[in-house]
Amino acid sequence: MELNVLTLCYLIGSVTFILGLKMLSNPATARKGNLIAAGGMIIAILGTIFLYEEGGQKLGNYAWIFGGIAIGTVIGFLSAKKVKMTAMPEMVSMFNGMGGACAMLISIVEFNHLVHAYPASELPAGIVIIILLGLIIGSVSFAGSMVAWGKLNGKVKDFSFTGQHIFNIILLLVIVGLAVYLIGWPSNNATIIFYAILALSLLYGVFFVFPIGGADMPVVISLLNSFTGVAAACGGFLYDNKVMLTGGILVGAAGTLLTMLMCKAMNRSLTNVLIGSFGGGSKAGPAGDKEQGSYKEISLSDTAVVMSYASKVYIVPGYGLAVAQAQHACHELEKLLEAKGVDVKYAIHPVAGRMPGHMNVLLAEADVPYEKLLEMEQANDEFPSTDVVLILGANDVVNPAAKADPSSPIYGMPILDVELAKNVIVNKRSMKPGYAGIENDLFFQPKTSMLFGDAKKVLQDLIAEIKNL
Amino acid sequence: MENILSWITANQQIIYIVILMIFVGIEVIGRVPSVLHTPLMSGANAIHGVVIIGAIIVMGKAESDNYLALVLGFIAVIVGTLNVVGGFVVTDRMLEMFKKKRPPQTPPKEGL
Repeated sequence: MELNVLTLCYLIGSVTFILGLKMLSNPATARKGNLIAAGGMIIAILGTIFLYEEGGQKLGNYAWIFGGIAIGTVIGFLSAKKVKMTAMPEMVSMFNGMGGACAMLISIVEFNHLVHAYPASELPAGIVIIILLGLIIGSVSFAGSMVAWGKLNGKVKDFSFTGQHIFNIILLLVIVGLAVYLIGWPSNNATIIFYAILALSLLYGVFFVFPIGGADMPVVISLLNSFTGVAAACGGFLYDNKVMLTGGILVGAAGTLLTMLMCKAMNRSLTNVLIGSFGGGSKAGPAGDKEQGSYKEISLSDTAVVMSYASKVYIVPGYGLAVAQAQHACHELEKLLEAKGVDVKYAIHPVAGRMPGHMNVLLAEADVPYEKLLEMEQANDEFPSTDVVLILGANDVVNPAAKADPSSPIYGMPILDVELAKNVIVNKRSMKPGYAGIENDLFFQPKTSMLFGDAKKVLQDLIAEIKNL
Repeated sequence: MENILSWITANQQIIYIVILMIFVGIEVIGRVPSVLHTPLMSGANAIHGVVIIGAIIVMGKAESDNYLALVLGFIAVIVGTLNVVGGFVVTDRMLEMFKKKRPPQTPPKEGL
């Protein structure tokens, strides 16, 4: 009876995961979908704790289980609640790494059981394969996610050396070779080889993410996300547990597709991202060769005048806006200009910020109405009739090199055609290139003026200037 | 050959689930708008937290003298819970932002 109830719990869990994911891909139902999946997860977890049995034996160590869950819940809940909107991407990466670590630890313990249960030469190959798969994928995902997390919050710098890709491939081959050896020719060294595989997999995870440029991190996190899904599915194989299997494979498949969709939004291929054309310094050369000419600065009071007397203004937000937490000041500026009869809208590039949708979330936090946010295609139609485009901390998404310069690493990426507008005002902290590390011709064009400073400070001063007019 | 065939027969249920789930996973998110990429990734991240069930099983059947299983199992339960709870809460926070702006958007749509 109890086992039948457990089967029902797992069935409910599996269905809610599918339903939740389906609802998450539609804006109207997304939030409910997330809650439904969470509900299914709770049912599956409680069912496992109280109803699971193996060989007629119920689970023990309740104090440890509940202790662990309590600690995890408190830390997870608080860090998820406290994290700033700008830091969301690295938080997702961190949680993903935790899932990978979980799969890795399960494999370690289960292998240990196995070594004690069977004589060294008779390790059952089928189970060893699954344990190793969970171990390798889980630890690559864990180590990779930690590096991605460090890169996004600036603790880890891009790092690559010549021949790194070859080194990575060799590393991977060694891991696979050791795994095949362990499965095919089990011996007394099995434990040592197992830990060697673990260490090399962690190392591979680190080197896998190291050379990939920061701008591509969302894609990498999405990929590692699907890795962790597969690692979880390995657990499902191991325990013949249907909810782990369905949940894991579902995320593995959906995550892979999502990764490809993200690449498509940037008009780049996955191989291109993974080989890391942004990361290495080699390609930065061409842009530096040619003389960029000079740029002109604009004062706050001039900006205030130009914007107040415009009839149509577009704001292009970027990561700089997120870093400065300037979304509220930005909304205030928009309201002030609207009160003066200026038509103000936002042009949102699909990959502005560090993650797709980053800017939408940020501006929604500041209560900017939904209909003021225009997607790239709509905005591009509007630019020719726009008086002023104000760019707040965005760079690569408005770089004309994506259209004009085939040697540019971002060549082919769709961009916002801000140069079609009558005036372009760019707010940046300095002339330093953007996240992709390439120069932007836009800044040197005659219709472009630079307004240097922290986005929040500049916007507040600008608001004060406009009020004084 | 014989081995492989008998393995497929023995595990056919699981193989069916894997294949069908791959298609379901692709089908289900096929038409997602790019604004939802981040929340969707975060939601999927929370769902693979289901790996915690494996951690609970490891922890629950660890003998009291097997310190490796106890300690690693305990850590696995903690990090697994982090993945689940953190994942769902972060996703909810992201989507909360979207919800706020939907009311003004709906009326004009109905007007059309």
